[in-house]
Amino acid sequence: MSGEAPFTIEQFYRFVSEKKLMGAKCNECGKILLPPRPICPKCLSRNLSWVQLKNRGKLLTYTIIHVAPERFQSMAPYALGIIELEEGVRLLGVIQGVRHEDLRVGMSLEVDFDTNVPASPAWPPWPRYFFKLRRE
Amino acid sequence: MRGKPLAAVVSAGLSKFGRRDGFSGRELFAEAALEAFERCPNLDPKRDIDALIIGNMSESFEHQCHLAPIMSDWAGLLPAPSIRVEAACASSGAAIRYGLFAILTGLYDVVMVGGFEKMTHRTTAEATEYLAMASDFPFEQWNGATFPGLFALMATAHMHRYGTTEEQMALVAVKNHHNGTLNPKAHMQREVTIEQVLSSRVIAKPLKLFDCSLISDGASCAILTRPEIARKYTDTPIYIVGSGHGTDAIGLYERDSLTSLDATKRAAKEAYEMAGLGPDDIDVAEVHDCFTIAEIIAYEDLGFCKPGEGGKFIESGASTLNGELPVNTSGGLKAKGHPVGATGVAQLYEIYLQLTGQAGGRQVDGCEVGLTHNLGGSGATCIIHIYRR
Repeated sequence: MSGEAPFTIEQFYRFVSEKKLMGAKCNECGKILLPPRPICPKCLSRNLSWVQLKNRGKLLTYTIIHVAPERFQSMAPYALGIIELEEGVRLLGVIQGVRHEDLRVGMSLEVDFDTNVPASPAWPPWPRYFFKLRRE
Repeated sequence: MRGKPLAAVVSAGLSKFGRRDGFSGRELFAEAALEAFERCPNLDPKRDIDALIIGNMSESFEHQCHLAPIMSDWAGLLPAPSIRVEAACASSGAAIRYGLFAILTGLYDVVMVGGFEKMTHRTTAEATEYLAMASDFPFEQWNGATFPGLFALMATAHMHRYGTTEEQMALVAVKNHHNGTLNPKAHMQREVTIEQVLSSRVIAKPLKLFDCSLISDGASCAILTRPEIARKYTDTPIYIVGSGHGTDAIGLYERDSLTSLDATKRAAKEAYEMAGLGPDDIDVAEVHDCFTIAEIIAYEDLGFCKPGEGGKFIESGASTLNGELPVNTSGGLKAKGHPVGATGVAQLYEIYLQLTGQAGGRQVDGCEVGLTHNLGGSGATCIIHIYRR
């Protein structure tokens, strides 16, 4: 079923609401597209499939945001990082539950999901993923 | 095409940068245009200027789209055709490039390029929100990224990989604030010390308030002509001899490197090759110091020093006014200010002053070759130009 879903941002976040981290995989060259998109940027193929990514990665870099945008102000200061997933693709997100002084480049993190989206008429209706310490 | 003059710059103008209460973008642009006209009495703007290409980032600040006809009108250029180009903070760098292309087609002899942004009437929260629109909405803005945050991610990676320090970043602010004190049009005209930078409040660790450029109001313009007719208008033209444009993925996380910007490296390669020049030939440069780490990374990507040695480069004093390669003699985005859409042409304005010996107390003696480096967003766009006397 998921193989037929459109390769859109909207669909990516629909999967997030099902607590699944999904990327598109190019069936021609094997590249994983994250964000998903309708055309493989490497070989231009449109022969794609949705694949579920393992939620595991390593922290490549991080910051602590003190001056936050409006919708994040209640969380500030918060940690933000870029992780590289085991599949080799990268993702930016908030890091939760790690003391800021314990953050280290290279530490193991996992992706989790906050699917508790308050009902609101405002666009977009997307849930969020976030990163947390990996439990071995 | 190697080393050949592609277009001449026969005049340039810049509004005072800073908090310009009571003025709108169009009035600031008129102020910049007027300076360019006054510098070039042989030019009749209405008769001679064939077109206007204007850079501006965001219609949100003044609730105004369809900006190009307004700027053309307020500069007295109607009915010259005009168009706005947008590439986030590289919008007017892009205006230079497309002005150059317009000249190179042979369709136009004289083109005005420029840029403006009116920002300070908005709250910091509003300005931050509008600026953040230059990053990716679904994967960066939606997940808590800010612009200082994205450059802070690069700073952490650079510190981790190369041992770059917060003190080295602070030196960029100290240098550019010093240069700003010598520029009467700069937003900030006040020295800062390393200690002040290091003890200023954290915006996005490791970047502090004094690592960040300013939210400013301002406008800039320059008049480009075919090289062959430049001397009709002025005895002291400068020439654009190289132009480069790099484009990369919008998301920082999507790019191969977190410590270097491919868009800068590609734009630099194109511009250097076109000019038949290399980094060693540059006498003076204006680089995009939206955050102090950005200037350090620019040194490396432009080939002013080796990868990873940008911190040592600022420490060596090489980029100070009296150094071997003065960088951001205007005060840069850090002290001169960063009305985003105006920045690319404001960099050209500084190089124009330097190469024509009009830079006053910050004049670099005997400079012949200048470079401008203008970034859009977190580095998805980079526009570079090289100029000769």
